[in-house]
Amino acid sequence: MDLTPVLAGFGVVLEPANLLYCLLGVVIGMLIGVLPGLGPAATIAILLPITYGIEPVTAIIMLAGIFYGAQYGGTITSVLLRLPGEASSVVTVFDGHAMARQGRAGTALGIAAIGSFVGGTVSIVALSFLAPVVAGFALDFGPPEYTALALLGILLVSTVSSGNRLKALIAACLGLLLATVGRDGFTAAERFTFDNLSLADGLDFVPIAMGLFGLGEILYNLEQRHRAPDAPVSVANVWPSRSDLKQSSGAIGRGSVLGFVLGILPGGGATLSSLAAYAIEKRRAKDPSRFGKGAVEGVAGPETANNAAATSSFIPLLTLGIPANATMAVIFGALLIQGVTPGPQLVSEEPELFWGVVNSMYLGNILLLIMSIPLVGLFVKILRVRPAVLAPITVLITLVGVYTVNNDVFDIVLVIAFGALGYLMKKLGFDPGPLVLAFVLGSLLEDSLRRSLLIFDGNPAGFFTRPISGVLLAAFLLVALLPVVRSLVRRQRRSRERSSASTRV
Amino acid sequence: MTAPEENVTEQAGPPEDQPPAAGSLTNAITALVLLGVGVAAVAASWTLGVGTAREPDSGMWPLLIGVALIVLGAALLAKFRTPSDAERFTRSGWPVLGGLATMVVFVVVLEYVGFEIPATLLCFAWLRFLGRESLRVSIVGSVAVVAVFYAVFVGALSVPIPHLL
Repeated sequence: MDLTPVLAGFGVVLEPANLLYCLLGVVIGMLIGVLPGLGPAATIAILLPITYGIEPVTAIIMLAGIFYGAQYGGTITSVLLRLPGEASSVVTVFDGHAMARQGRAGTALGIAAIGSFVGGTVSIVALSFLAPVVAGFALDFGPPEYTALALLGILLVSTVSSGNRLKALIAACLGLLLATVGRDGFTAAERFTFDNLSLADGLDFVPIAMGLFGLGEILYNLEQRHRAPDAPVSVANVWPSRSDLKQSSGAIGRGSVLGFVLGILPGGGATLSSLAAYAIEKRRAKDPSRFGKGAVEGVAGPETANNAAATSSFIPLLTLGIPANATMAVIFGALLIQGVTPGPQLVSEEPELFWGVVNSMYLGNILLLIMSIPLVGLFVKILRVRPAVLAPITVLITLVGVYTVNNDVFDIVLVIAFGALGYLMKKLGFDPGPLVLAFVLGSLLEDSLRRSLLIFDGNPAGFFTRPISGVLLAAFLLVALLPVVRSLVRRQRRSRERSSASTRV
Repeated sequence: MTAPEENVTEQAGPPEDQPPAAGSLTNAITALVLLGVGVAAVAASWTLGVGTAREPDSGMWPLLIGVALIVLGAALLAKFRTPSDAERFTRSGWPVLGGLATMVVFVVVLEYVGFEIPATLLCFAWLRFLGRESLRVSIVGSVAVVAVFYAVFVGALSVPIPHLL
């Protein structure tokens, strides 16, 4: 491995502006994680307009900092308030808040900070070695491989997303449909523009992401506000004891590996890996009944895994140009706005950007560890800021921010419309994540599919004759058909049980 | 493949404080709307021209998505009586409509009088009526927020957003 670009990447990170934005990103991420309501995807979406005036590498360093900073910030509210600041901290509530009630909130937060640091660092080291290999492998990808990969990514994100799978697939279809609005890239024919000039170039990613994630979330919280959270508990002794560390070390090790692996997979990411880590720790425990009552491994495993996954999910984004989850889809949008197209060429053509972003994560994780423990008291105070005060500020940032994209009032109309859609989707049990991801991948998918059909002279069987696209499509069919097969087997088993019960009678 | 969420939910029990679930009417309307979107997409794609597999035209891809939406919408409609994760629309949803109305007013008025007055009104409405803050906090808060926005967007960033001053 040639270390020159890696070292040059450190040079990029150590530039004062990049250092400052890395710090800013981590702090904003932690604050956002602390404040319940807005997740990292929403925050990054809302802050997209302020990245326009910044250099691409600096902007992405800041956005990445927001992402992994939020993973830790979410822990604080989970532990102190029984209220996850964002989805990947949901399982931390179970044991983290139980520990807080036993007067061990400090220990829970300390273990979470140490686990986050270890998970994040292990993941960055692995990312540094693995990403160039994946990028090299992906250089052989053509339109059929991209078609298969994008299809598999959308299906996996829809399959493992929170909530109903059928609804997630519908959301993904809506995202693909929205991506078709505008001029056709092949024939220049206008599609679904309703003769509106503003729609001729297609829908902008920013109002969609800001509306669905940002405004949608704010409107939903407006309705849920009457559900008051618990009063914050006090925090003392943030450093965990030796026995706590010993008890958590296995969970931290397993969480690092699990988080890294799940973060790379399309559909994986911080939320999925924290849920999986909790399930594994509980299954491995000698006394699983301790879980939910303040087991320190129940905090260490998921918190390590979510930071490891947050870091490793940059691999498919930066090397293949395929975002693994909704937040990565927003960062993908940010890169495109900056004129950077993520993909296999990024490592070789823009090494400073690639290694600058990767190496900034080492620094960001150290900053997180340094700041998280002493700043717990400050975050507890921030928790006292009322959502009623924050909501109008966020709404105004969204409305004015989206205007700055094209200086067009139509974008404000769009963001309000997508905000209403985001609220309705949340109310009706549709996850907006698959919609945003499918929207981002929509044009790549259509473009690759049409090019592939031209290559194969219109024969779709051609996808299966190429090894990589064949394997990816086989995986796609397996994932798509597995739930159907499972329900058939379950139905057969039930009817067999019923018939054997009736013969016994 | 068992999603880890299922294991965890099983182990941890149902989440507390859940809003009331929607009834079959809401489920059926949702599925019908999605079916309608699918049908509209198919019809519009057809008029664009579908082409052939060898030479796909502009309408082929949206047609495929429209068909998928119809199939998935029909599957959702078939399950309309099954309890789902949709939430019931209740009176607590009125503030959401109020919030949306303030944003619509903001965008309508923005081009005529600039952002300062509609932004102040929006902030005041959210603080006083939606947030139930005191009159003093609402007035001071809304003026202060808009002043900061003016300083940042107009003063520091020179964003060409319509403004009065």
